[in-house]
Amino acid sequence: MKPAKFEYENAATVEEAVELLGQADGFAKVLAGGQSLGPMMNLRLAQPDLLVDVRRIKEFGHVEQRNGGLFVGAGVIHSAIEDGKLPDVTNGFLPFVAGQIAYRAVRNRGTIGGSVAHADPAGDWPTALLVLGAKVEIAGSAGRRSIALEDFQLGAFTVALEPEEVVCGFDIPALSAGAKWGHYKVCRKPGEFADSIGTVIVDPDRGFARAVLGATDGAPLMLPAVAERLAASGADGFGIDEAKQAIADAGATFDSYLTQIHAVALSRAAKGAFAQ
Amino acid sequence: MSAKGIGQSVPRKEDGRFMAGRGKYVGDIKPSGLMEVAFARSSIAHGRIRAIVKPDGAENRVFTAADLDGVKPIRAPSKLPGYKASDFPTLAAGKVRFVGEPLAACIGETRAEAEDLAQAVMADIEPLDPVIDMLSARAPGATLVHDEWSDNVVLETAFDGDMDTAAANAAVSVTKEYRMNRQAMVPMEARAVMAEWDSRQDQLIVHASTQIPHLIRNGLAEFMNLEQRQVRIIAPDVGGGFGLKCYVESEYVVASWLAMRFGRPFRWIEDRREHLVADANCREHHYVVTAHADGRGKIIGFDAEVTVDAGAYSIYPFTNCLEAAMAGGNLLGPYDIPAYRVKTYTVVTNKPPLMPYRGVARAGVCFATDMTIDAIARAVGREPHEVRIENMVKPEQMPYTNVARKSFDSGDYPEAVRRAAKMLDIDALRARQRAGEPDGRLIGIGFGSYAEQTAHGTSVFASWGVQLVPGFEQAGAKLTPDGGIELRVGVQSHGQGMETTLAQIASEVLGIDPARVMVMHGDTGLTPYSTGTYASRSIVMAGGAVSRACGVIGERIARIGAHLLQCDTADVEIRDGHVMGPGGEVPFSEIGRVWYLNPDELPTDVDMGGVEAVIGYRPDPDHGTFSYATHAAVIALDPDLGTVEVLDYVIVEDCGTMVNPMVVAGQCYGGAAQGVGTALYEESPYDDQGQPMASTFADYFLPGPTEIPSFRLEHMITPSPHTEHGIKGMGEGGTIPTPALIGNAINDALKPLGAEVNETPISPRRILAAIAAAQEAAQ
Repeated sequence: MKPAKFEYENAATVEEAVELLGQADGFAKVLAGGQSLGPMMNLRLAQPDLLVDVRRIKEFGHVEQRNGGLFVGAGVIHSAIEDGKLPDVTNGFLPFVAGQIAYRAVRNRGTIGGSVAHADPAGDWPTALLVLGAKVEIAGSAGRRSIALEDFQLGAFTVALEPEEVVCGFDIPALSAGAKWGHYKVCRKPGEFADSIGTVIVDPDRGFARAVLGATDGAPLMLPAVAERLAASGADGFGIDEAKQAIADAGATFDSYLTQIHAVALSRAAKGAFAQ
Repeated sequence: MSAKGIGQSVPRKEDGRFMAGRGKYVGDIKPSGLMEVAFARSSIAHGRIRAIVKPDGAENRVFTAADLDGVKPIRAPSKLPGYKASDFPTLAAGKVRFVGEPLAACIGETRAEAEDLAQAVMADIEPLDPVIDMLSARAPGATLVHDEWSDNVVLETAFDGDMDTAAANAAVSVTKEYRMNRQAMVPMEARAVMAEWDSRQDQLIVHASTQIPHLIRNGLAEFMNLEQRQVRIIAPDVGGGFGLKCYVESEYVVASWLAMRFGRPFRWIEDRREHLVADANCREHHYVVTAHADGRGKIIGFDAEVTVDAGAYSIYPFTNCLEAAMAGGNLLGPYDIPAYRVKTYTVVTNKPPLMPYRGVARAGVCFATDMTIDAIARAVGREPHEVRIENMVKPEQMPYTNVARKSFDSGDYPEAVRRAAKMLDIDALRARQRAGEPDGRLIGIGFGSYAEQTAHGTSVFASWGVQLVPGFEQAGAKLTPDGGIELRVGVQSHGQGMETTLAQIASEVLGIDPARVMVMHGDTGLTPYSTGTYASRSIVMAGGAVSRACGVIGERIARIGAHLLQCDTADVEIRDGHVMGPGGEVPFSEIGRVWYLNPDELPTDVDMGGVEAVIGYRPDPDHGTFSYATHAAVIALDPDLGTVEVLDYVIVEDCGTMVNPMVVAGQCYGGAAQGVGTALYEESPYDDQGQPMASTFADYFLPGPTEIPSFRLEHMITPSPHTEHGIKGMGEGGTIPTPALIGNAINDALKPLGAEVNETPISPRRILAAIAAAQEAAQ
């Protein structure tokens, strides 16, 4: 399990990374924590011609409270979030999610930006940042742009990123003090890829409510009708059967096993939010 | 007796180097000029090879079957009537028969370069219908895996008993179908080989991660057309075996051929994906069982049909028939059942070869038998552990030969069940179960019991028809000039701690500190011939031989000591590494000095055999000694998600005299941990085209620290009447009952829902499917 031959460049700045990606002869990939890309290259499932290492770009470690929320640089590692090293604007939601990502060894290297750019449906951040209503900041040859996560995540392993663009970070809205969140991840054992992720935020003071189902076969699934129902009447009675119906109403179809566990994850996330 | 001899929890001598990362594995041996080998492997499960095309310009770095001049295919014969032999091609020729079968060997200065070549090898293979499911493979008209055979059945065996009378007299009869699915063995160190040619000795030296160095030597000499003197196998530290490292692999043959062809060392280190895809697998049994019982659940007739999916090829030397042979012989477990009938089928399919895994067939056997015990208990409305006791061989019956001709030597099987039930506090658990859990989970209690034949001897192996039968085990013992002891054994220690436990046996006999005893193993150039480490035999066989060899040199040491002390040999004894006489004592170092350095001080009639001896040993009788245990667990099952948590797990085991209780505990825990894997997590599934669906750890689930319960262990000690020091083998037992007892606990939890699961691993998907099926049936 050794990777095929590739070229390696180390970018010092965002601009340099964009330039290296733009000039690449062949298929170029950004290397951040390497926790997904590394194994995929070793298995030769990914055979990039060029790796652009962005780990030394200072800007990617930037964290700042701004615009009523928190900006988290793309290079921030999961364990920093898990350990509460960032200002907590989400009533504990971000550290809770981070602590469930894979194993500690992975969390010490894997980055939030890498997770979202990789867009593995079983990834934790694509679902969690979507339910928060985060925006992703992108740098490219035409400069910077910022788009909502739902417009960025197009499908499994597919995001709205041009070949020379890189993810710089995320603007995460702050939750109100009275906001409720619930998050339920189903996986065979701690550290494994998720089979389902149900996640719910209801923030009445901001008039914000979202429900998202992750670990599907595509991009995380927004469930606006569920969010509306939870915002209006709480989670009472939102059991497995209603969750199944809501998922079906959203147009998603799974086999009977996945239908069941997605419904359980969604129902438990909703109940968890209102049990707080 | 010795302070660090038999029965003492002496810390393992080998752990110093392992804990410090100073173990020396095949991958750590790097002679200059070392070349790497990678294999291009078939991506087709069943097909006819039209062409294998080497990359342009790499013709002298890529080798196919046609290049391997002088190499014979690997063939495992058997003397069993009706057995169909097959060649396991070193590199595929004619047909490919499983995904992962090696097509071409590619060499490079680095593994990455070798893999670049392997990726560039083009294989033109005409796909044929793959044979995937063992039951349809058995059916008439199935596609043939081996064209020259009449069907896909390697071997059928039968044992007949009167089922009609049992059925007529039965108050209840239950029929169940069980499946223990295919899995991998997943040692921490996967397979590895490094071969080099020694021009001075005119000898092929093969460093191999193996459990059976002497048998590998037999096989390699045969398949490479070499004289035995021209082959030396060295097994350095081996990072786990579990039965996997008991075959002559085509990769060994290729590395050896390359070393001879180029006069340079070549190595192949298996990576994890190769292990999961192309290595031998294990388990994959199917059972249909009918048990007839009286109104109390006492079984009066046991009727079974066993099918084993053996994969594409028979492995050398033990063949692919051992699993079914073991299953047919052991289905009655520790139970006293008067009538027994069984048919076994060993079937070939387009999957990797199947090999015995820790517990050899008996995890599947116990799954079928002990799940049936619980089914009977449910049918007669009694506690499963009571029905278990009702059916067991009783201590007053010992020694006892059952209807399948298994001879149990000693022990109290029911007492192990009673003690396990007490450890769990079963009455309190039943009350808790009735009250229900606050979180809605369902509590289940399960037991699993086994009697495990260990250290099977010559007669047993001969009855399995295999070519390489173990006979007398030998050990060498030698006093060194400075008073230490060297032991030489032909078995291999790869996690069992035998560098410590064999030293403890020497300590028991000679009174010497185990720290002064060196155990040499795993090298055909240094050790007496042995069939190796498998089938829970080494501590019984090599341990017995070490004891005898130490006894012989002990007598000679005593005679020299008596001469030096100027007293009668009858008046001296050996204690604490000294010869003690009525008027004084001499340390072993003094004996060593005199024998080696100052023989002028010896009497003229001294035994010229000296302070070194190779002595053989065989238990009497040698049909094997039976360890036994009952394991029991409490689980909590989430009926919405189908997930299972093991809340408590107890083990009551009896392996006779314990050489080192700490090592026994470690073996029990390790075995049970692997049993948890079989029960709940591990599976190597194949799709209908024969493609492996679990090729990395993302898809192949191993239990980890969060899945393995804290085992609670109690020992019973019934020394074997047949073996030296009363030792019974116990390396495998831990794996045997776990799938059964977890299955029983899950079915106990599912009882209120009317659901039942009879297939491993008992995944959330299978549990939810069983619940859904029960709901459908109820409607």
